[in-house]
Amino acid sequence: MKYIYYPGCSLKSTGKLYEESLLAVFDALDMDYAELEDWNCCGATAYMAVDERKAFALAARNIALAEEQLKSEPEVNIVSPCSACYMVLLKTQKFLEEHPEDKAAVVKALKDSGLNYTGKVKVRHPLDILVNDIGEKEITKRITKPLKGVRVASYYGCQTVRPYATFDDQRNPVTMDKIFKAAGAEIVDWTMKTRCCGGSLTGTIQEVALPLSYIILHEAKKRRADVVTTACSLCQFNLECYQDDMDKRFKTDLKIDVIYFSQLLGLALGIDPKKLGIHRLFAIPENIYKIMEGGNRVYV
Amino acid sequence: MSDNNNKLNGSPQTNGAAVSNGTPKIGFYVCHCGHNIASQVDVEDVQKFASELPGVAVSRDYKYMCSDPGQELIQKDIKELGLNRIVVASCSPLLHEHTFRTAAEKAGLNPYYFHMVNIRENVSWVHDNKESATKKAKDLTRAAIQRVFFHKALEKKTVPINPDVLIVGGGIAGITAALTIANAGKHVYLVEREPTIGGHMAMFDKTFPTLDCAACILTPKMSAVKSHPHITMWTYSEVEKVDGFVGNYRVQVKRKPRYVNEELCVGCMECIDACIYKEAKYPDEFNQKLSKRKPIYIPFPQATPQVVLFDPETCIDFKSHRCKKTCIEVCDREAIDLKQVPEYKEINVGTVILTTGFKTYDAELSPQYGYGRYPNVYTSLEIERLVNASGPTAGEIINKDGIKPKSVGIIHCVGSRDQKAHKWCSKVCCMYSLKLAHLIKEHTGAQVYNFYIDMRTPGKGYEEFYDKLMTEGVHFVRGRVSEVTDWALVPEEENKLTIRVEDTLIGVVRRVPVDMVVLAVGLEPRVDADDIRRMFNISCSNEGWFLERHPKLAPVSTFTDGIFIAGGCQGPKDIPDSVAQAGAAAAEVLSLISAGSIELEPNTASIMEDHCSGCKSCIPLCPYSAISYIEDSKKAYINEALCKGCGTCVAACPSGSITQNMFDDEQIFSEIDGLLKFAGIELEETEGEHA
Repeated sequence: MKYIYYPGCSLKSTGKLYEESLLAVFDALDMDYAELEDWNCCGATAYMAVDERKAFALAARNIALAEEQLKSEPEVNIVSPCSACYMVLLKTQKFLEEHPEDKAAVVKALKDSGLNYTGKVKVRHPLDILVNDIGEKEITKRITKPLKGVRVASYYGCQTVRPYATFDDQRNPVTMDKIFKAAGAEIVDWTMKTRCCGGSLTGTIQEVALPLSYIILHEAKKRRADVVTTACSLCQFNLECYQDDMDKRFKTDLKIDVIYFSQLLGLALGIDPKKLGIHRLFAIPENIYKIMEGGNRVYV
Repeated sequence: MSDNNNKLNGSPQTNGAAVSNGTPKIGFYVCHCGHNIASQVDVEDVQKFASELPGVAVSRDYKYMCSDPGQELIQKDIKELGLNRIVVASCSPLLHEHTFRTAAEKAGLNPYYFHMVNIRENVSWVHDNKESATKKAKDLTRAAIQRVFFHKALEKKTVPINPDVLIVGGGIAGITAALTIANAGKHVYLVEREPTIGGHMAMFDKTFPTLDCAACILTPKMSAVKSHPHITMWTYSEVEKVDGFVGNYRVQVKRKPRYVNEELCVGCMECIDACIYKEAKYPDEFNQKLSKRKPIYIPFPQATPQVVLFDPETCIDFKSHRCKKTCIEVCDREAIDLKQVPEYKEINVGTVILTTGFKTYDAELSPQYGYGRYPNVYTSLEIERLVNASGPTAGEIINKDGIKPKSVGIIHCVGSRDQKAHKWCSKVCCMYSLKLAHLIKEHTGAQVYNFYIDMRTPGKGYEEFYDKLMTEGVHFVRGRVSEVTDWALVPEEENKLTIRVEDTLIGVVRRVPVDMVVLAVGLEPRVDADDIRRMFNISCSNEGWFLERHPKLAPVSTFTDGIFIAGGCQGPKDIPDSVAQAGAAAAEVLSLISAGSIELEPNTASIMEDHCSGCKSCIPLCPYSAISYIEDSKKAYINEALCKGCGTCVAACPSGSITQNMFDDEQIFSEIDGLLKFAGIELEETEGEHA
């Protein structure tokens, strides 16, 4: 099956390491994919609040482009790793199906620029593809460096499985658990999987955002997690980069690795850390390396 | 009338087929139904339109056709104008077809010369444009008038009612219905799937709002069922097959093997003590798996019948055949029979009451409440067992770690009033939560919190019970709980379950740490409700509850004659409502039995012998086994007494040699022709193709 990869803005900037690691994993799993040509901004939350119909047209253009690019294929799957893009694309499809008038306007606008929107495109999250298209068995087969002894707390944030995704439970998602179980890791059972990380409030009202991030990391620490894996650039950024501020404010010593699920899976697949963008992290996950080698943790 | 004339004035093409009862003289009546129809349909316009249609001798509109004066209008016209066809445009035939047929019959017209047009449910109630609604009403009217040209006089058939009754489900509803009918001297077969009767009520400790002991009021009824001379009680049994029709159902019941002879066992339970498993080690279903049982067990002390049974899944002898069989040695009545096989009973009954009950919502489907994740989160049914003297802790409310809780949170509406689970209110949870709050407080002295969306306490003495609970010091927090979690924000929350909830009365988000959480799970249809409804040929609502014939006026009847429903299978309801419905269903059954016979609609199918090729393709299709093959004539034959008029064989016959009363080709095609005239389409004269 051929996939269309829609990066969105984050994966080309702050989330560069997400893109690098995800595509490296796709390659390692022999997935057939191509980047969406001439893609544009998904609109995120900002444009929706300004002009809904135009925002949906903007997002729908990406879906129509994918249709165009895979014109000859009976089935078109867009892979959307950024949780905001993923949510917006799903929302767009749902909204247009439920609002025929808006759909007609959007379809016409796209038609005028030479594009077709039929709605047949499937918007997929890479987690969904890894578990439901490739499968845990296949992943296990490809693992060369099992994550033996690594305690993984998987974290999805607010938009990956809510509110439109259907590939996993919205309150207790387990897709990442399945992947890392297949990669030989120990799974941490916790209830923080979809709790808010503070989102963009870290940049605006930090006093509100910091406790939100802290609750998540504190709980991961309490449950002896070695690593928190994320599927969203903003979550990764908030949870990794503000640990010093949290330590100061809550008088703790958090020191816990927060990396993309694709990076951790990439390590288990034996991919060179450099190709996984590990060097772009704030802190190199030395614990993971050590545990995978069978050694003791450097920090707890 | 010649064919030419028909064409000119647009009357139905009779194709030379003879119309019965002389030249059609049709009376047409359109009903205002107060404002129900008249506000959306221009009834006078419809009346004028109909008066100009061929064959219509008189056309009138009237405020309430179903009223006595309305009916008298029809009767007067039949007598004075010599009408021989009647069409009424009003509500659904489900409501008043019978009324008008009877009116016509009283005026000396065969009731099957009457036809009804539904311009209320199908027109005025569902359209908001008066002009097009009126047009649709006219089209339907024209179709009906063209149809009625070809109606024929038909005779109803009468079938006797077998006085024996089948009741499926031995909960409080089934028990009540069984006793009522049996006390009237009629024989009842009570079939229960579980090893004992009693249903959910047998699991409860107390009942709201009177707080009387559930077992004390239920067990006398259970024993009465067991010993009643007119009740055949088959527990651990399921209905496998149902054939026939009202008055004459043939039912096959499978009696699952208990591996114990029910006639011989006296319930001494010595075999249970003798079992080579010294400790009970398998989850006890009756106690909601909070305790353990042995492979040979009895569900609870007052189980009826008082007979043990084997669980072949866990008994060593069934798995390896290498058990010492100490149970058999100890039984001096030789009641144990490990070679028992399922037994199939065939019974004939005239009527059926389904009292198959409900199941509780699976709390694991709402993972935010932590059921299955945190050991101290319980469902309400589990607490019912915990608080019950015959339960797993002999009535002590303690957590799984053996510690008595100092604070307990009861979360309402788990699985109910939830867009992600069930949209309906389960009706009983507010009240049973109040009852549990009272019992928990009484047993433990704990602080008890109720987290509710709305308190719903309509019922005799229910609101007073709620008042009483408030004076007892039970806390009430209004708001839907967002999650139950074990992460602590402050030291007081360590090692507790914290309930996060928006208290909507004071407008703040609260965190309430408690030792025990009780989930007030809602009620939902049983998993196999759909299989049951298919077997008995009744309908289900979208949610899966058995559908009553009319929500207000026929609440225990179904769309299948002779099949009645009562209790939780029809929708969430408490014990008083279930008992009331069971009584109503019993009365319906007794009324049929008392009448002795029932008139059936003459909409049966028949074989045109000249055309039948004897291919037998219709025979296996008939759901009522009404068709047989006559060897002598090499033709199929339909037994009219068995035919229910479903029409399957009519549609399936390859040579078109089956016709059905009230659904003749002429009637149907003429009706379609009348309907399509709005689009300027006329059906061609295709006599050959119709067949």
